[in-house]
Amino acid sequence: MSVKVGRERQPLLEVKNLKQYFPMKGGILGRTLNYVRAVDGVSFDVYEGETLSIVGESGCGKSTTGRAILRLDEPTDGEIRFQGVDLAGLNHAEMRKMRKHLQVVFQDPYASLNPRQTVGRMLEEALGIAAVLPKAKWRERVIELLENVGLRADQAGRYPHEFSGGQRQRIGIARALAVEPKLVICDEAVSALDVSVQAQVLNLLKSLQQRFGLTYLFISHDLGVVNHISDRVMVMYLGKIVEIAEKSTLFENPCHPYTRALLSAIPVPGQEKEGERIILQGDVPSPLQPPSGCRFHTRCFMATERCKIAEPELRPMGEEHSVACHLV
Amino acid sequence: MFVFIVRRILQMFPVLLGVTLVVFLIMHMVPGDPAMLMAGEGATQQRINEVRHGLGLDRPLPVQYFDYVNKVLHGDLGDSIRSNRPVLKEILVRLPTTLELSLASIALTIFLGLLFGIISASRQNSPIDMIIMIVALLGVSLPSFWIGLMLMYYFSVKIHMFPVAGWGTLRHMVLPAITLGIGGAAIVARMTRASMLEVIRQDYVRTARAKGVTERVVIYKHALKNAIIPVITVVGLQFGALLGGTVLTESVFAINGVGRLIVDSIRARDFPTVQGTVLFVSVMFMLVNMVVDILYKYFNKRIELN
Repeated sequence: MSVKVGRERQPLLEVKNLKQYFPMKGGILGRTLNYVRAVDGVSFDVYEGETLSIVGESGCGKSTTGRAILRLDEPTDGEIRFQGVDLAGLNHAEMRKMRKHLQVVFQDPYASLNPRQTVGRMLEEALGIAAVLPKAKWRERVIELLENVGLRADQAGRYPHEFSGGQRQRIGIARALAVEPKLVICDEAVSALDVSVQAQVLNLLKSLQQRFGLTYLFISHDLGVVNHISDRVMVMYLGKIVEIAEKSTLFENPCHPYTRALLSAIPVPGQEKEGERIILQGDVPSPLQPPSGCRFHTRCFMATERCKIAEPELRPMGEEHSVACHLV
Repeated sequence: MFVFIVRRILQMFPVLLGVTLVVFLIMHMVPGDPAMLMAGEGATQQRINEVRHGLGLDRPLPVQYFDYVNKVLHGDLGDSIRSNRPVLKEILVRLPTTLELSLASIALTIFLGLLFGIISASRQNSPIDMIIMIVALLGVSLPSFWIGLMLMYYFSVKIHMFPVAGWGTLRHMVLPAITLGIGGAAIVARMTRASMLEVIRQDYVRTARAKGVTERVVIYKHALKNAIIPVITVVGLQFGALLGGTVLTESVFAINGVGRLIVDSIRARDFPTVQGTVLFVSVMFMLVNMVVDILYKYFNKRIELN
C-alpha cells in the first residue's frame, strides 16, 4: 500500500504498515478489554531535504505516528526504515544511538524543557550524548547553537522559565539541532505559540532547513501553517491516511471529501469565500470501534452504500498524489 | 537569603506567643494541682498554700502569663517544679539523645523512602510496585509503639541481637530508629512514587528520552530532581514531628529524651517544664520548616524566597 512517488529521490525514512494500538484495560484483574487503534496501518516515505506535513483533527493519530517513529511509544506493528535500518527492530541501546539522527520538537514549549536545567546544561547534555565534540568545545558549540536560533550567548545560564514561549520553542529547536540530526519531527511545534511568534518560528525552521539540509516531518492541525512550510502534505483520519500529495496539488485540487471539507474551513481574510463551506456532521468516531468500510463514511457528505462495506485502498491519482476513496 | 531568614525569624514571634498562650491556658485548665503534688501526700493546707505562693501560682492568670513571657524573652524558661533545675538545662541535657534518634530515623526515612519510591514509580503496576505499596500502606497504618514492641520482642528478647531498651551505643539506636523511621519511610515512599509518576509523564522527560539520554539519567537526573519538592516537604514535617514527638518511642524503649521529658512533666503538672519544652519544640519545628523552604529554593529555581 506504499505510495510510489518520486522514484528518483531516495527516501530518508520509509514507514510501512505502521500500527499503534493502545490496550484499554479494565476490570479488577486489569484485562485488556479492547484496543484503541490510534494508528492503523500507515505507510509513507519521507525524502531527504523535504518537509512532509501530517494534518488531521485531534485524535487522528498524527502525533502518535510521530512518536511511534521515534519509538517514544513502542509501535505495535510495522516497519520504520531510517536510511535502510529498521528502527522497530533495534534494541534500546541501539535505538539510543540512532536518536541523534532523529530529533523532535514538541508542542508545548512550557512543558517540554526541564525546569531544573539551564539552557546551556540542556544543550551540553545533548552534545554529551552525541559524543562528537570534545568537552572543551561544548561551550563554543552551545553559543553557536543559541545564535543559530536567534538567541544570545549570554542567555545560556538562564532557566527555561526566564524565557517567553517563542524563545522557549527556539531553545527546543536548538536542543534538537545540537546533535546534528538528519530528520526532525516537529510535533505541533508552533501550535502553542501566538500567531506572530508562529511565523517567526516557522521562518526559523525554514532557514535552518536550508542551512543544514534538514528533513522535517511536520505534524500540525493548522492548514495555514502547513501551507507555509510543507513540500508535501499527508491527511490522516482516524488512524489512516486519506490523501497524500504535493502541497500545491493538495491545496488546489483536493480529492478526498475529508480533505475538501478541511480546506473549505480555512478562513480567507477580507472576502466572502468562494464555494460552499463543507460542514461535517457529528464527531470523530471512537478509535476503539472504528466504522466499517471507509472510516470516514459516517460523516462523509458523499458516502454511498459501498463506503459502508469496503475499505478504500490508497490509490495513486496522479504524480505524487494518492487518495483513499471509492468515489474519486 | 539573609533578608528571608531574618524575616522568617521575626515571623516566629507571634506564632510563639500564640503557642505559649495556648499551652499556658491548657495547663491551667486541666485538673490537678502542682502545689499539692509538690507538697507531698498528707501535707497541711497551710504548707500547700506556702508552696503555691512560692511558685507564684496564687497570682491572677494574666499576671502569671505576662511574667512568664517576660522571663522567656530574657532567656529564662523558669525552673522545673519537679527538679528545681532550670527548664532550659533539663531540655538541653536531653536534646542530644532526641537529636541523635531523630537524625538516625530521618536518615532511614529518606533512604528507604526514596529508594522504594523510585523503584515503585519506575516499575509502575508491576508486582514489585504492588508489593512495595502494600508494605508501605502497612508502614503508614501500623502504630509506632506496636512496631517498637514487635521489634523489641523479636530482635531483643528472642534473638538477643539488640539491647531491649536504654540509650548510649549505636546498638541501642537501631531498634528505636527503625521504629520511628518505618512510618516516615512509608509516607516518603508513597509520596515519591506519586510525585515521580507525575513528573515521568511530563513532556520534558519525554524530551530527555527523545534526546537519547540513558534511562538511569532520565530517572535520577531529570525526573527525581523535579519530583523531589513534595518529598522534601514531607521529610521536613516528619523531622519536625520527630524532634518533639518521639514521645511514644522514647517511652517504649525507655530513652530519656525530650519526648519523655514532656510526658513526665505533664504527669507531674510541671507547668514550667511543659511550657518550656513545648516552646522549645515549636522553635525547632519552625527552624526545620525554614530550612525546608530554603531547600525548595535550591531544588526549584522558580521559587522566590519572599
